[in-house]
Formats: sequence, structure tokens, C-alpha cells
Amino acid sequence: MSLISIQGLTKAYPGVVANKNVSFDIGRGEIHALLGENGAGKSTLVKAIYGLVKPDSGTMTLEGEPFTPAEPRAARAAGVAMVFQHFSLFDAMNVAENISLGMENPPPQNEIAEQVRKVSHQYGLPLDPDMIVGDLSAGERQRVEIIRCLLQSPKLLIMDEPTSVLTPQEVEILFQTLRKLAAEGTSILYISHKLEEIRALCDHATVLRLGQVVGECDPKTTSAREMAEMMVGMVLHVPARREKPLGDVALTLTNLTAPAPHQFGTALRGVTLEVRKGEIFGIGGVAGNGQDEMVAALSGEMRTQTDMVKIAGQPAGHLAPNARRAIGLCAAPEERNGHAAIPDMSLIENTALTATTRKNLANNGFVQWDKARDFAKEIIRTFDVRTPSERSTAGSLSGGNLQKFVIGREIMQDPDVLVVNQPTWGVDASAAAAIRQALLDLAAQGAAVVVISQDLDELMEVSDRFAALNDGKLSAPRDAATLTIEEIGLMLGGAHDLEVAQ
Amino acid sequence: MDLSSINPILLLASLMVAATPILLAAIGELVVERAGVLNLGVEGMMITGAVCGFMVAVSTGSPWLGFIGAAVGGAILALLFGILTQVLLSNQVATGLALTLFGLGLSALMGQNYIGMKAPSFPDWHIPLFGDIPIIGPIVFQHDPMVYVGLILVAAAWWFLHKTRAGLVLRAVGENHDAAHALGYKVVRVRILAIMFGGACAGLGGAYLSLVRVPQWTEGMTAGAGWIALAIVVFAGWKPWRLVLGAYLFGGVTVLQLNLQAAGLAIPVEYLSMSPYLATIVVLVIMSAGRAPGSLGRIFHASR
Repeated sequence: MSLISIQGLTKAYPGVVANKNVSFDIGRGEIHALLGENGAGKSTLVKAIYGLVKPDSGTMTLEGEPFTPAEPRAARAAGVAMVFQHFSLFDAMNVAENISLGMENPPPQNEIAEQVRKVSHQYGLPLDPDMIVGDLSAGERQRVEIIRCLLQSPKLLIMDEPTSVLTPQEVEILFQTLRKLAAEGTSILYISHKLEEIRALCDHATVLRLGQVVGECDPKTTSAREMAEMMVGMVLHVPARREKPLGDVALTLTNLTAPAPHQFGTALRGVTLEVRKGEIFGIGGVAGNGQDEMVAALSGEMRTQTDMVKIAGQPAGHLAPNARRAIGLCAAPEERNGHAAIPDMSLIENTALTATTRKNLANNGFVQWDKARDFAKEIIRTFDVRTPSERSTAGSLSGGNLQKFVIGREIMQDPDVLVVNQPTWGVDASAAAAIRQALLDLAAQGAAVVVISQDLDELMEVSDRFAALNDGKLSAPRDAATLTIEEIGLMLGGAHDLEVAQ
Repeated sequence: MDLSSINPILLLASLMVAATPILLAAIGELVVERAGVLNLGVEGMMITGAVCGFMVAVSTGSPWLGFIGAAVGGAILALLFGILTQVLLSNQVATGLALTLFGLGLSALMGQNYIGMKAPSFPDWHIPLFGDIPIIGPIVFQHDPMVYVGLILVAAAWWFLHKTRAGLVLRAVGENHDAAHALGYKVVRVRILAIMFGGACAGLGGAYLSLVRVPQWTEGMTAGAGWIALAIVVFAGWKPWRLVLGAYLFGGVTVLQLNLQAAGLAIPVEYLSMSPYLATIVVLVIMSAGRAPGSLGRIFHASR
């Protein structure tokens, strides 16, 4: 008998049907995946189960009883717990207080602290209840959420995109915990669009597209590609690589050395590399090994000694970002909301922020808004950015669409050198494919491209040469076509970075 | 100049009295800000409390009823702010400033017929046993009851915020209203209750001026005390006990400079008059302020 059964659930918002006649069952102790692209209706569906959204029609039954939670408290009381995509934590409070806030009828604080210690060790997720949550890493913060759920002995645990902020090691720890929970009889509803993770973890998958169930499968026996095509409803386009001759050296780094820019940063230690026109150079590595600093040193956010960075043979280490753009280097940093784009500004304004130099959008210090608007429209059209208008704010776009816009904005400036960090992080499958294709096309037109990413499959797909960043040092570059995943693993620095985070 | 005319015991004793209106208003605002709402209308709520308290006290003859009336008046004005900012989602800064201007005008209108009247007397307590201790007795234990009500309120606010479940929820709402909403807490309801508490406290502070300190009604008699209360909340780092320190420091320097003026100190009066403000800001800045509640002043809307 299934634990929870959802029949014909429908929820419409003004102008959009988020869920249409959705039905599926989750068995006891089953890890059930809910798959779908951004906007497919996954979040609305789980919010209905958690009592945050009231469905327009349809029924839910939990253990054979009708289940209509009016609010999250009712859902929690019935045994449904949820770990949110954007953590619902309070930075200024300690772990025990945070956990207490998510519980019904919590015991006094000191008892909670005791339980937190016990349960967190039991599931291999050590946590100090007195730590202030704002000081914790992303993985530890997620532990707080999970422990908060576990303390209530849930029958159903909902996890909304739990791995998007975790390192691969933290993901492995999380999966061990989830498998242990499932073995103890807890059902888990796992929402993600990372297909390989779902294949590794889940017993059953329900695929949503545009609010409707479009298929079910056993992820252990279905290939990631088949699932991706169910999600997007079309045959996925594999980025096509064109053979091209390599041109002159476009970017040279000579013994690039820089101290860590802040307390939690990584120092760059003697990075040396040469990228030629028409080449894509992939840089891999576990997060926090100098990727952000590398992008900052290349884009000009962090200045270095003049000769350490050369753009087309011209010393540029001392130049600010706009001066580098003028001589041909554009960059797209990792964090799209707040670093690559300003969330509360329109796409036109965000266009003018980086494209003014190369596209001559300013005249005697006055921005020519009509030109900026035309350029923004061109980006939106060329890169298929789904937005009501170029006047929409950057923050109102979904992650994938904003990323297409950010990458498109740099590519359409026709740079000689493009530096991108995590170009497809948190982006759905079809948008990711489009972005990768755009990078390949740019290289084919004769630009040098540096792609920094933690997604090794992505790097293998696009790069001509590959090197790994490890503690601020860059390994010797290798020809990507001849590399195996095992060799890459060794290049990433062997075991010493892969210790379990305590 | 004759410094010997200053009696240190009387000076310290009047310090507690001078600090009380600010302390009352500030503890209310502290709770409001810990709930994530920035209400700049403290001055307006204080002066409204001052006139309401005065009117009730004069017409009933009971200062206690006056204080209750002041709390109710302040809370009603605060409720207006709460409805505007929490339900109708107006900007908190602009609404708070408007509330101050509105309160000043409203109180002037309400108090027209009360100018020149005298408030019923509100005798000091002579606390038995403690009040008889030499030196400490007259300084600490021979005041009117509202001085102690102010201190009890601070202690109660600290206890509420840090020891009770409801206080934890209130801090959670102020820290991250989206997360609190996702966990199923009633953000708007918590905030409106906090705003009303803040208004009631500001009203008590105002009535302390019109019923005890002055004690009569004049237009604009709060003279910026509400703004000082707001500043002290920030400089105290949103911590109740530091609030007491800030308010007493301000009250102390105020009383001292008044005494120095009376003693004929050869410093221009303007410098003496600005000294309480300067001293309070300097000391609390040096103590380095705490961290503001995460959602302070941000508009909350339970969107999908």
C-alpha cells in the first residue's frame, strides 16, 4: 500500500496553470523523484502537499486517510516534513533555535540541543547546536534543515533541489543519509533536475512538463538522456563541435600569483597558461580552489602585476574591467543574481552595465538608452531568453533564462577572449545545451574561451584542452579528447580535498 | 560658577526620571524592530500618548487611568501604521515619518482645551526598607512607580524575546520573514501585535512627560525624545540591557548639563544642550553596534 496518493491535483494561478490533473503515488520507504524543468510545476505541487498552497481540485490521501493540510503545521503534524530549496533558516540564531522554530510543540532549548547532538551523530551529520547558523557552510546549513525534519520522525520527507548548493562530497554524505532513512521506512520525495543524481538515488521517477505528468520511469534502468527528453518533450540537441584551425595566442597568464582577497578566499599560486584564438580551455576543480579568484584576476576585478596577464600580447594585469573589455576580454562570473546582473534593474540597464564600452552605448557620458534597448532586444532574440519584455528586472527571470541573457550579453559583444564561470549552474537541460552550443560557436568564430566549471561532463563536452585548479595552482594542461574521467579525478588533486567535511 | 550648588544625590536621582520617557519609548521600538518593522513614528505616538494620557488623567483625576489611556492612544495610532504598512504594504520609512507629522498635528488639535491645566499629582513611592538606605535609597528607591514600570518592561521584553517561544517566533519573523512564512508562522499578525505594543510603550513614554516630568500639556512637548529613542535602539544594537545604559546615559548627561547651566558654567548654552546627544551617540558607537534584524524595514508579501 502506498503512503501518499495524489489524484487529479489541479492548481491554477491567474494566467497560468501550475498543475493540471497530476496523479501519482509514493510507497513506504520509497525514494521518489519528481523531475521537470524550471516552471514545470514541481514547486507548486510540493507546496500543496506541505500545506503552503491550496489546490483548486483533486484529492490527496495519506495512509488511506483524506489529507488536506490547511497550513504547514497541519502537514507537519500529519508527518510530512520538507527541506527547502532556498533554506528557510535564520542567520542570526543558533542551530537549536532554528530547529525549534521548525517543530510543533518543541521541548525546551537544552533538550533540543541534546537531541540535535544525538540524531546528528546517528545519521552521520555532525552539528553543534550552539553554532550561529550564519557562520555555517552551505552543507552544514542543509544539515540543520534535515535534522529539523528528522527530529519529527517524518513519514514523508520532501527535498526540493537539495544538492544545488552542495559540493560533490556533501552530496555523497546526503545520499548516504537518505538511503539510511529510506531503509528505515521513511518515504522521500526528491525534486531535482540533476539526472545523474536521480539515477544514483531514486527508485521511481515521475516526470512533469508544463504542469502535467508526462511519464513515469525507473531511473535506475532509464538513461539520463531519455529522462531529459521526457522533461523537455523534444529530442535534445547535442552541442556540435566544428573543426577549426587555432589562431594566435589571445590570452597569456604568466606565473599569475595573488594573495587571497578575503578571509575565506584562496590565493592563486603561479598559474601559467596560454589560450589561442579558436580554442576552448576548460578549468575544472572542486569549489573553493581558486575559481572565483581566477575569474576576478582575469576580468579585472582583482588587479595583479602588469605582466602576469596579457591580452593579445598586451600587458593587462593592472587594467580595470572596462579597460580589459576595450581590448577584447569579457567575463561572466558565476553568481548571476548580484554579480553578473543586478536583480532589481531592468535587462536594458543590465545590458548597459557591461556592454557600454564595446558597443559604444554612451556618448560623452550620457547613456544612449535606445541603443542599449536595441542591443538588449537583440540578446533576448538571439539567445531565446523567455521574458515578457526587455524592461523586466533581471531578478524576475528564471535562473536558466537569466543565465542565457548574461552569457549572451558577453558573447554578443564579440569578445576576443571570453571567461565564464559555471555557465550552466542551476540551469535546465535545454538552456544548458543552448549555452554550451553558443560557447562552441563563439570559439569557432575565432575567440579564445576559458570555461571554469565544476561539471566535468560539461567541460569534456566543450573544451579542447583541460586543466584542474587545486588550492590555487593550475595543473599542466591536457588535451581533452584523450582524457579519461579517472585521469581527471587524479588531476583534481587526489584524495586530500575530498575528505568528509566535519 | 558654583559647582557646590549641584547635589550629586539629587542629580543621580533625577537621572532615572529623565531617562524614563526615552526608555519606555525605546523598549517598545526595540520589540517592533526585532519583529522586522521600522516604525519612525515614535515621536508621533509619544506625543499622542502624552495628550491622551493628560486628557484622561485630568477628566478622571487618576494618573494611572491616564497612563492606560496613553497606552491605548499610542497603540491605536500604531495600529494605523500597522494596517498601512503590513496590510496595504506601504513604505515603512515614509509611513513612519507621516505618522510623526500626523501625531504632532492630531495631538495639538486634541489638546487645545487643556493648555495651562495642571495634571493630577502622581506621588513618588517611598519603597519601604530599600528607600531608607542612605544615599542609594534616595537615588534608586524613592521614585514614582512609572520609573520601575519602565525597568520592569525592559526586563520583561528581554525575558520574552530570549526565553519564550513567542519571543523566538517574533525574532524569527524579524530575521527572515520569508523563512518564517514558509514554516507557517503568521508574519503579519506577529508584526501588527508588535507594532501595537511599540505604540503603547511610546504612549506611556509620552504620558510620563505630560503627567510627571512637566507636568502639564504643551504642544510639541516631546521635543525630539522619540527620535532619541529610535537612535538608542540602533546604537544599543537591538539589545534590551544596552538600551537601559543608553537611556540612562542620555538622561544623566541631560540632567548634568541642566545643572551646569544653572550653576553658570562659562560654556555657551548651545554646547551644553547638544552634549547629551553627542555623549549618547559617541558612547554607543564606541561599544560597536550589534547586527540589525535581517528583514528590518523590508515589505513582506506572502506571494506564491
